[in-house]
Amino acid sequence: MAEKIEIKDEWKAQLGIDSPPWTYEVTTTSIRAFARGVGYTDPVYYDIDVARAAGYQNLPAPPCYLGTPVFIPGKSDDTFSGPVNSGMSLLQFELVNVLDGGTEVEYFDSICAGDILTAVNRLVGLDVRESKALGQMLILSLEMEYKNPTGKVVMISRGQTILY
Amino acid sequence: MALTWDNIKEGDALPEMKKTPGVTQLVKYAAGGGDFNPMHHDYNFFQSKAIGSIIVHGRFKWSSLGELVSNWLGHQGRIKKVSCQYRGMDFPDQEMTVKGVVERKWQEGGEKLVEVAVWTENAEGKLTTPGKAVVIFK
Repeated sequence: MAEKIEIKDEWKAQLGIDSPPWTYEVTTTSIRAFARGVGYTDPVYYDIDVARAAGYQNLPAPPCYLGTPVFIPGKSDDTFSGPVNSGMSLLQFELVNVLDGGTEVEYFDSICAGDILTAVNRLVGLDVRESKALGQMLILSLEMEYKNPTGKVVMISRGQTILY
Repeated sequence: MALTWDNIKEGDALPEMKKTPGVTQLVKYAAGGGDFNPMHHDYNFFQSKAIGSIIVHGRFKWSSLGELVSNWLGHQGRIKKVSCQYRGMDFPDQEMTVKGVVERKWQEGGEKLVEVAVWTENAEGKLTTPGKAVVIFK
């Protein structure tokens, strides 16, 4: 348990800086894998004929599916699957325990199988809070912006990562 | 009968879902969502040992809130936003209930919108994942 967390200047220096872009694929296979993982039984997320009958061109992305980052050993994080060069490594914060604090996704368009998205992420907030159970915690607020090939922002996800 | 914006009322409850994700379901979620943090499948991982168990992915619960809304909506529109906070840990093989209620219905910029409060409760009825979703009807 961390005694006291002080926000360092080099952490603050990273606020608001976009990471290099990375490719996120939305495919029929990745949509089915996500839908199975959540436990969906709605055939629209599995069966292309049913999806077309419901008015989609292909399998639609289920809500909260944020695309699958292209995985390349050495360039991707082996645990969380995102790019390691995403501007920020959790290791620099010197705290070993990680929890998710909250998540939000906002859509500006529909997303379906076949879409290839380019995303950047950025640190937008740093906070220290006290928890009875965990002691002092560092709360990172992160934002990720996904564009389609025409450059339109189709989705923004926001989340808080808790380190302690 | 298909759900329509016209026949929705504030206070309407969404059909609730019950889930009891075991380790195998969490492994499927890890594969589908890409989060292989060992605290969601490995009881020998240091953080699991400190907590006394592996825990359900927060984003499995978030995604289940999205599933609740998707099942209710029945593709009669699209989901604009889903958000939640993780207030309590959930553990494998314990039943959780996913619930929602219509909070607001309005029109804006020619769009027919509905906001729903969504949340998960653990087996003791404790709220572990409060959230919100916004839906745009066709």
